[in-house]
Amino acid sequence: MSTNNNNLQNESLLEQRLRETFKTVKQDSRPKAENAKHIARAFGIGGGICLLGQYVKEMCIGFGFEKADAGTISTLFLILLTAILTSIGIFDKIGHFAGAGTFVPITGFANSIVSSAIEFKSEGHVFGIGAQIFKVAGPVILYGITSAWAVGLVYFLIGLVK
Amino acid sequence: MNYLWVFLVGGTLCIIAQIIVDNTKYVSGQILVMYVVAGVVLTALGLYEPLVELAGSGATVPLTGFGYSLVKGTFSAIDEKGFIGIFTGGLTATSAGICAALVFGYLASSVVKPKTKI
Repeated sequence: MSTNNNNLQNESLLEQRLRETFKTVKQDSRPKAENAKHIARAFGIGGGICLLGQYVKEMCIGFGFEKADAGTISTLFLILLTAILTSIGIFDKIGHFAGAGTFVPITGFANSIVSSAIEFKSEGHVFGIGAQIFKVAGPVILYGITSAWAVGLVYFLIGLVK
Repeated sequence: MNYLWVFLVGGTLCIIAQIIVDNTKYVSGQILVMYVVAGVVLTALGLYEPLVELAGSGATVPLTGFGYSLVKGTFSAIDEKGFIGIFTGGLTATSAGICAALVFGYLASSVVKPKTKI
């Protein structure tokens, strides 16, 4: 009986110690290590996507396109690339690896549109694809346009005063 | 244009978002909205243009660059056409990207079968 009790106490002590160790692991070391990894991946892939955009842009300038048009073509290229990679299921894997590295560049905007269109296909063309295609892009466009409109209004009024 | 700056600025903009994701409750959709509005505000204050001149695609490819295009397009449309430009400039400047994403998205949805959810 007493040995049993001792065993129980020992176990609970052990459990307690385990739980405490677990807590410290959970709170300190693991998130920091993960964060560092996340940050490194976001930096590498995000910077890489921007480099690719710059490379395509300069290639287009080399072909004789105007600077603004070259920028547009490079944006279109990144969007097309995203659409293809999303369609064949590779973008998800890259996105899972790179986190903000893929969703902050224009690729994230494009992926949100393409993946929602595919995902909600079964709910129909109007309320499925049509409505859900803007699930993430809609808010981005709404707040982008509205804030740019407000800034434009101020710019216009300042122009009137001048 | 220095490719090092392209990489550094683009990568750093992604790092900032990654830190927000890892340390707050915000998810990617909310951060994208923050980034666009931040791009609009920074461009309006004249702070984003120098970054674009320094880093090119490093500043225009991240979603803050979408806000930059919106404001830049709005300003130049106002310079050209006056009041109407407030309404036409933003979407005109960003039309290619929005159109491409929507068209490619729709085409993809008609070709690709959605993954079955469990």
